[in-house]
Amino acid sequence: MASNKKYWKSVEELNENSSIVETLQQNEFVEEIPTDKFLGDKNVLEATSTTRRDFLKYVGFTTAAASLAACEGPVIKSIPYVVAPDEIVPGVANYYATAMADGFDFANVLVKTREGRPIKIERNDLSKMGGVNARVHASVLSLYDAQRLPTPLINGEEASWEEFDVAVAQKMNEMAGKDVVLLTQTFASPSTTKLIKEFTAKYPNVRHVIYDTVSSSEALDAFQSVHGTRGLADYDFSKAEVIVSVGADFLGDWQGGGYDAGYAQGRIPKNGKMSKHIQFEANMTLSGANADKRIPATPGQQIEILKALTGGSAVGLPPAMAEAVSNAKAQLQKAGSKGVIITGLPNVAAQKAVLSYNANSEVMDATKPRLTAMGNSAEVQRVMSAVAAGVVKGLITVGVDPVYSFPDNDSFVEGYKNLEMSMAFAMKLDATASLAQLVAATPHYLESWGDLQMKKGSFSLIQPTIRPLFNTRQFQDCLLKWTANPKNYYDYIKETWASVLGGTSWNQALHDGVLLSDASVETDTTASPTDQISETLESNSANGALSSALQEGDLWLTLYTKTSLGDGAQANNPWLQEMPDPITRTTWDNYVTVSAEDASEMGLENNHVANGGLNGSYVNVRMGDVVIENVPVIIQPGQAKGSVGLALGYGKKEGIQEEMQTGVNAYPLYKDFSSVQKVSLEKVPGVHEFACVQLHNTMMGRDIIRETSLEIFNTKDAEVWNPMPMVSKDHQEIPVTSPDADLWEGFDRSVGHHFNLSIDLNACTGCGACVIACHAENNVPVVGKEEMRKSRDMHWLRIDRYYSSEETFENDFEKKDNISGLGSSLSEYGEMENPSANPQVAFQPVMCQHCNHAPCETVCPVAATSHGRQGQNHMAYNRCVGTRYCANNCPYKVRRFNWFLYAENDEFDYHMNNDLGRMVLNPDVVVRSRGVMEKCSMCIQMTQLTILEAKRDGREIKDGEFQTACSSACDKGAMVFGDVNDHDSKIYELANNNRMYHLLEAVGTKPNVVYQTKVRNTSEV
Amino acid sequence: MKKVNYRNLPSRLSLLLLVFLLTFSTTIFAQEDSANEAEATEAQTPPAEGVGDVAAGETLFKANCAACHKLDKKATGPALRGVADKYDREWLYKWIKNSQELVQSGDALAVKLFEENNRSVMTAFPALTNTDIDNILAYTSAPKPEPTVAEIPVGGGGESDGGVSNNIILGALALVFLLLVVMLFLVTSTLKRIAEANGVTYEEKEKKMPIWKAFAQNQFLVLVTSIFLLLAAGYFAYGWMMQVGVDQGYAPVQPIHYSHKIHAGANQIDCNYCHSSARKSKHSGIPSLNVCMNCHKNIAEYNGEVDPENGYTKEFYDAEIQKLYAAVGWDEAEQKYTGEEKPVKWVRIHNLPDFAYFNHSQHVTVAGIECQKCHGPVEEMEIMYQFSPLTMGWCINCHRETNVNLAGNEYYAKIHEELSKKYGVDKLTIAQMGGLECGKCHY
Repeated sequence: MASNKKYWKSVEELNENSSIVETLQQNEFVEEIPTDKFLGDKNVLEATSTTRRDFLKYVGFTTAAASLAACEGPVIKSIPYVVAPDEIVPGVANYYATAMADGFDFANVLVKTREGRPIKIERNDLSKMGGVNARVHASVLSLYDAQRLPTPLINGEEASWEEFDVAVAQKMNEMAGKDVVLLTQTFASPSTTKLIKEFTAKYPNVRHVIYDTVSSSEALDAFQSVHGTRGLADYDFSKAEVIVSVGADFLGDWQGGGYDAGYAQGRIPKNGKMSKHIQFEANMTLSGANADKRIPATPGQQIEILKALTGGSAVGLPPAMAEAVSNAKAQLQKAGSKGVIITGLPNVAAQKAVLSYNANSEVMDATKPRLTAMGNSAEVQRVMSAVAAGVVKGLITVGVDPVYSFPDNDSFVEGYKNLEMSMAFAMKLDATASLAQLVAATPHYLESWGDLQMKKGSFSLIQPTIRPLFNTRQFQDCLLKWTANPKNYYDYIKETWASVLGGTSWNQALHDGVLLSDASVETDTTASPTDQISETLESNSANGALSSALQEGDLWLTLYTKTSLGDGAQANNPWLQEMPDPITRTTWDNYVTVSAEDASEMGLENNHVANGGLNGSYVNVRMGDVVIENVPVIIQPGQAKGSVGLALGYGKKEGIQEEMQTGVNAYPLYKDFSSVQKVSLEKVPGVHEFACVQLHNTMMGRDIIRETSLEIFNTKDAEVWNPMPMVSKDHQEIPVTSPDADLWEGFDRSVGHHFNLSIDLNACTGCGACVIACHAENNVPVVGKEEMRKSRDMHWLRIDRYYSSEETFENDFEKKDNISGLGSSLSEYGEMENPSANPQVAFQPVMCQHCNHAPCETVCPVAATSHGRQGQNHMAYNRCVGTRYCANNCPYKVRRFNWFLYAENDEFDYHMNNDLGRMVLNPDVVVRSRGVMEKCSMCIQMTQLTILEAKRDGREIKDGEFQTACSSACDKGAMVFGDVNDHDSKIYELANNNRMYHLLEAVGTKPNVVYQTKVRNTSEV
Repeated sequence: MKKVNYRNLPSRLSLLLLVFLLTFSTTIFAQEDSANEAEATEAQTPPAEGVGDVAAGETLFKANCAACHKLDKKATGPALRGVADKYDREWLYKWIKNSQELVQSGDALAVKLFEENNRSVMTAFPALTNTDIDNILAYTSAPKPEPTVAEIPVGGGGESDGGVSNNIILGALALVFLLLVVMLFLVTSTLKRIAEANGVTYEEKEKKMPIWKAFAQNQFLVLVTSIFLLLAAGYFAYGWMMQVGVDQGYAPVQPIHYSHKIHAGANQIDCNYCHSSARKSKHSGIPSLNVCMNCHKNIAEYNGEVDPENGYTKEFYDAEIQKLYAAVGWDEAEQKYTGEEKPVKWVRIHNLPDFAYFNHSQHVTVAGIECQKCHGPVEEMEIMYQFSPLTMGWCINCHRETNVNLAGNEYYAKIHEELSKKYGVDKLTIAQMGGLECGKCHY
């Protein structure tokens, strides 16, 4: 039945006599189309030579011609040097020794350059300092940061350096007699120290204050009061038998970091012995995850624990914890001088107690302290309030961003805006620089000269590896100019080093990058801390946040730095943003970590949604007047009840690309530059979408990571703790590796090279340096938060982290073995998906296992992936058609599919989308296109180069020459790469020792990556 | 009448012939006359006037002086033509034998000369006798030969002219042919008319089924033909598509006409002298301009063979050398660099795709392969072109056929011994060493 409804097009139609409606009913178009005018005029029509058919012909021909013209191949230009530098041979990499020192990370490195472009950071083997972490590896990308300042700015206007010098001179004259503060990062540079002294001598109204964005002030104060000089005690954990850490993440960034290599050495069982590591901590950290025994303890409890450990008596500890403490104490006593206590508590008395406890320890070295942090919180605090109060009239900031990172932000910013003089030395227009009157554009460390004394007696040189990309001038050269010194900084360093060099030549020192020398040079000094000095832990009254008890409803907050972003200086680095946090496996975010118990009390939730993402609740974090709103929550197994954690370094808004403006800024909570605070959480509505790459957190009692205790390892046969999986053939159990159990014809690999990679789960601390090294070496694209959330991460190498569901993984096995029947399996398997409140943690780097019987190869319809006789599983990208069968058939899930074109695509506006960022690409590895599968190649470009070099020299290859990006990045010796056909090699030994196992051995894939069973030193005294 | 069946034959034949002729009528060029080469190249030196022997002088000059002096142009040292007239002969003997001695003795003229020439010390030649010096001076005193202009035949053989004349001949031929065809038509029609007029009737040929219809009705034949056509089309389409992206023979115009024929051919310069990185890098490298200047500092003009028919005259080559000077910023008159550099944007000829890794040093240094094996007779190329197809099949064929070069290479010793035992051969091919594996070139 037809509808009787009438639809009105306008109100006008209601009016029956409307002339408009009348007209419109007649006419199709509102305005008349002048067809008659055109077609009616015969002359015009005939005069036009183009008929409709002609027109169509023209269109057709031009389209065809255009498409034909487009078929022509591109003309590629090659432009050689006019005068070629001697040292550059196109296609051959050069290496330069230099050092990174951004005030947070200090490390001696080698820089690989190609055609004059730095493309990768490597470790400098001559250095004993360590500390080449993921951030240092990623720093090469920060060189090519598109947000860098190209020129100096005067009042926001671009200026030349001459104009800038004039402006500064004028300003400095105006400021004569007024209080000006030079607020710098820690340089640890003998030459810079000298230079700043000369500068402050010329301008006596300027005083130098060192500000470490993430402070180690209490440890420094303690050291200074005990030993007289300012510095941080150095530790060599390879010598330790018992390590007790109270809230110190010494495998992370504790006191500058870089202790993990020594630690890992002591963790590999040798002659039946390995170190024992007990960790008391609130947040789950890398150190806690690697510990043999981890006891969650709030900072309030930690200070009691420390008291008990260092000889005092503890008050108010739960019985289990008290027992653990006395246990630890007994172990320490047993270890004698090979035992060590360390603490991360922001408390001078605590740090002093530890220093005096360790005085007799072989592990600690107080004679040659580290000089990589020098800041004094109290002094910085005074500067902060003086600027806010308007007492300080001028502020020069170098390498620090106080507007972003000062806790008392609002009043400081007001004060900063009203300063008579504000000058910022910055690489980017960060929060401070954007408010400063004068902004000096500084170069990246790879474009600068410099020298370092990271540790007393350990000197390093920084040399440029590329000509400055922008019109920048380093701070030191500016000072030389402004003190009317005609030298440049290079000559100035040479002059300083005359005393340092001793018998070594300058060229040798520059070549090595590092130099051990007993020469004493000037170091930064700070007035000795006045208060807190005489305090001991027992008579503790001024412990800052640690002193008073918690208010009802309050939680202990421990502020920490993430492995990926550190203090946030490199927040605009997409490699680091996309690097999964080793513990939470979450990318592109910071968050409050809350224990499961507290979370359920507050109604905070984490849940997995249908598209495979992780969602979490929001909270407001309140500390007195300071409120940080909408902080996402992650429920962290192992988080001490009554404590929460939050990472610094996120939430930057200035001088940073929009995609990288992630997380919340936690610095407002960093009151008194103390990492421990008391806060309250309050749930707010909303759901946060995390980009978490590991949603299944437990192993469900399987032996993906094999683990045993030192006791069993020492006393039982390998079959007990490292059994070979058996399969049944003709009703007989045979090992899965036996040829009878094999579907395939074996290939004779005894001739030539056969590469294996060994990963020692005991030495791996999960630091992630290998992940970034792999990124840099293999041109792995960055995909962004949205794609990460969809598990479309492109990392060729991931570090899986597993929690135990019971107290230990051992118990998981038992539980799984005891499951019988449907009811039990339904309920108990479900339970096993949830991690324990204080789980054991294990890390496992997983990359392509390069199976000799690779499941991926047999299913590829186009033979794009195939096996080489050197053991590598090859992937020919140009052959791949993107069926993804291989990824589906891979039991290790290591194949990565290019869902999009990640290079030169505005949708993925990261380094591969701009000319500057593309300079970091490795020219020996192809950039993959959309629709192809990619994966770890076992760095075939590196192994092939090693072979080629040996062929060219006509020699055999020595053990250790073969490396992959990950194995050479690992300073812990956890990854060893080599040729197993060389029976004298280290890898041969590792591939045949009794700790060796293959991942998912039962599948029969015969991988070329081998793992070493994790051994935990769990034995109690 | 039987004959009438073929009455159209002549016209058909003529059409066929025309097609045939046109098909094979690729441009045939007249051979260029090479009459003027004898007198053009060799400049006749006029008989000597001075005391010395000009021929002996020339030999001595080239052996001892030419590194720094030219006759008519300032090089490291001043131009030497007519130098015997400028200075006293005895003084010249002294100067040439040991100029520094003369300078240090305070000889005013010597000091002046030394200062004028940027204080560059002239090598002493104590071994030269006065006669030798006389000979050299005789050579330098010889008058400048008239520049020999290559006689270009007037109105004669440029390449394009030859092409045009050929076309005209062909056109004329075609016209004649056409005329013949028309005439034949006319003749047949006339004959027909005459026949009709004479009342000669000939039976209409009985209507046979046209052959195309017969063909169309034979389904088997249609099927076979269409399969054949499809296959043939597929074959040609495949062949055509396979050459997409294969730039064999690609010879682009370069910003500077650099002749490999002159450098590698006539002057026998080793490839590795300029492409030095081929020995140690994946790239053979385009030589930087300072490498060119190693020689061209002294070679400002071209005196070798010319090919005026193609426009490669001495002037042409000299102009190209000037382009180099402009790019590198060399002031010829002052004999120094101005610092104004303009990098040369060469057009790259050999382009491997990104996903293929090729390393020159592997092939040049390790394998010891001649450059010509892949790059062809470079020493004969006036214009560089891509000699090989650079396809994967081409790479692989070579890897299959070529034996590994072991000579004195310790790296191969053990591997080769074991592998050759395994394969039961004396010499291994690259393929047997694993040179066909995907990942060896694609990563």
